[in-house]
Amino acid sequence: MKSKPRPPIYGVMAEFDTPEALIAAAGKTIAQGYRKVEANSPFPVEGLDEALGFHHSRVPLLTLIGGVIGGVGGFFMQWYSAVKHYPINAGGRPLNSWPAFIPVTFELTILCAAITAVLGMLALNGLPMPYHPLFNVERFERASRDRFFLCIEATDPQFDRENTKRFLESLNPNGVHEVEH
Amino acid sequence: MTTNSNPRETSGSLAPQPPVVEPGYTYASVTEKISGIVLTRRTPLFWMIVFTSAFLLFLLLSVAISYLLYKGVGIWGINIPVGWGFAIVNFVWWVGIGHAGTLISAFLLLLRQEWRTSINRFAEAMTLFAVACAGLFPLLHLGRPWVFYWLFPYPDTMRLWPQWRSPLVWDVFAVSTYATVSFLFWFVGLLPDLASMRDRARNRFVRTLYGFVAMGWRGSAKHWHRYKIAYLLLAGLAAPLVVSVHSVVSFDFAVAIVPGWHSTIFPPYFVAGAIFSGFAMVMSLAIPIRKVYGLEDFITMRHLDNMAKIILATGLMVSYGYLMETFMAWYSGNPFEAFVTTNRTTGPYAVVFWMLIFCNVLTPQLFWFKRMRMSIPVLFIVSIIVNIGMWLERFMIVVVSLHRDFMPSAWGMYYPTFWDLATLFGSVGLFLMLMFLFIRVLPMISIFEMRELVGEKK
Repeated sequence: MKSKPRPPIYGVMAEFDTPEALIAAAGKTIAQGYRKVEANSPFPVEGLDEALGFHHSRVPLLTLIGGVIGGVGGFFMQWYSAVKHYPINAGGRPLNSWPAFIPVTFELTILCAAITAVLGMLALNGLPMPYHPLFNVERFERASRDRFFLCIEATDPQFDRENTKRFLESLNPNGVHEVEH
Repeated sequence: MTTNSNPRETSGSLAPQPPVVEPGYTYASVTEKISGIVLTRRTPLFWMIVFTSAFLLFLLLSVAISYLLYKGVGIWGINIPVGWGFAIVNFVWWVGIGHAGTLISAFLLLLRQEWRTSINRFAEAMTLFAVACAGLFPLLHLGRPWVFYWLFPYPDTMRLWPQWRSPLVWDVFAVSTYATVSFLFWFVGLLPDLASMRDRARNRFVRTLYGFVAMGWRGSAKHWHRYKIAYLLLAGLAAPLVVSVHSVVSFDFAVAIVPGWHSTIFPPYFVAGAIFSGFAMVMSLAIPIRKVYGLEDFITMRHLDNMAKIILATGLMVSYGYLMETFMAWYSGNPFEAFVTTNRTTGPYAVVFWMLIFCNVLTPQLFWFKRMRMSIPVLFIVSIIVNIGMWLERFMIVVVSLHRDFMPSAWGMYYPTFWDLATLFGSVGLFLMLMFLFIRVLPMISIFEMRELVGEKK
């Protein structure tokens, strides 16, 4: 058996019981110099993203852009159709009756911003992703229930199958698992 | 100086409010309990009975719509002067009911009201299905529903555009935006729970199905980070929608010159009425469901108490609206406006007015008393009465205003036909059918938010 080289793995994963343990472990892992780290929890854990060194998200900016496009585009559509494309002179009233255009402009702003927020969140998260190696670990199904996981990926420059495993074991986890591809 | 404080205050501090979630739950047990309702072989008899009755009503709706498409809107009781009959009454009623869901999910989230957690999913689903029912009616009322897309700006060969100055076009945009944003909000909230369902399901087919819609969610910290931001942004975007949608619906009336419609108080008065009826509907549904599925630990008396208080508060706002309409009728000095009030209170539809005063103004006053707010039968009965009352209010606004406007020679009466009633009750069937399908196949309480709540309580 020893002569046969083991297949490369995706990473090594540690399992924790509480969110506090996961935050502490994530902090130590980053302090140790690991960068390709993923933490998984059954609910959003306050402070975990900071512990992993993740601060900024582009979702708000995308949403703002979506909203501005929806609002400006919505108003432009109404202005263009009522003033340029098909003007109707009704008793000499102004063609650009902008107060009447506000409700539709408002609704289109909200609509485009909301759609961008959701699609932007999904796209930045790389979802939908039908397959992910983490799901190869049987215990990982509890990540959507009551367990907290920390995975160091093999692509991390500091990654060493045995050393990383030993490091994770030093963090007092509930268990350490190898993640296959 | 504080020795003899208000007895109400002391009793409040001595008897703490019921908890938002009963103690003793863990991350695993909330997950098991909520997902277990769906992932079980046994379906409660209650579900079977309600679903079957709702499905029969849905069949009635299908027949009513088929006959309508075959014959035309003449099968309804509408005429000139009452061109807007049950269709518009039902439309406004259903849209209003939807508002509670968005209010609970968006406003209460932004206000950090943690009690919203166990009822938001459920209320959002209610919103979605109520808006679906609402959307049916204006389409059917078009007369030629198959050309409904004329309401949207699309490149048509005659170079025509929708009339942007018309509240009816605003309504199309408001309601379709509302439906879309409500769906997105509901789906985003559901995403982590779908992953939970995927991981709990033991049946291969069921697992694949949940896995497909869960999109591979794996609860990564970075994903949660973006997720929470997106969810808060959606809440921030949905909050003004709650106010805008029913305001726009009220413009359908307020922009017209018909006495009884042409009133500046309509937008806030409609929004308050919408929240009033929406919370009543949440309560009517939540009370039997928490009992049947044993969810009393999650949907506690605290929730019912808070909802009763909101019903009382919005009921008072609606009553203020009635009062101001009457006051303005006198204060404006306009004989047509004054006639609206005398016609409402003493005219041929006076019974509708007095019933609505009973349902919407008098009955909710029971909720001033804590004993009433703590009694399940009282809560249930009052919530049903409020729903009926709000339907009557819309009937009063639509039909009673139209049937006698300026010229007595143009007056008329409106009587609903069998098909009017079939469409109304059929839409109730459609709503209940969708609601019960939702309860059967999706987690009706947000599991991940309950885990968060359980974690905080530890």
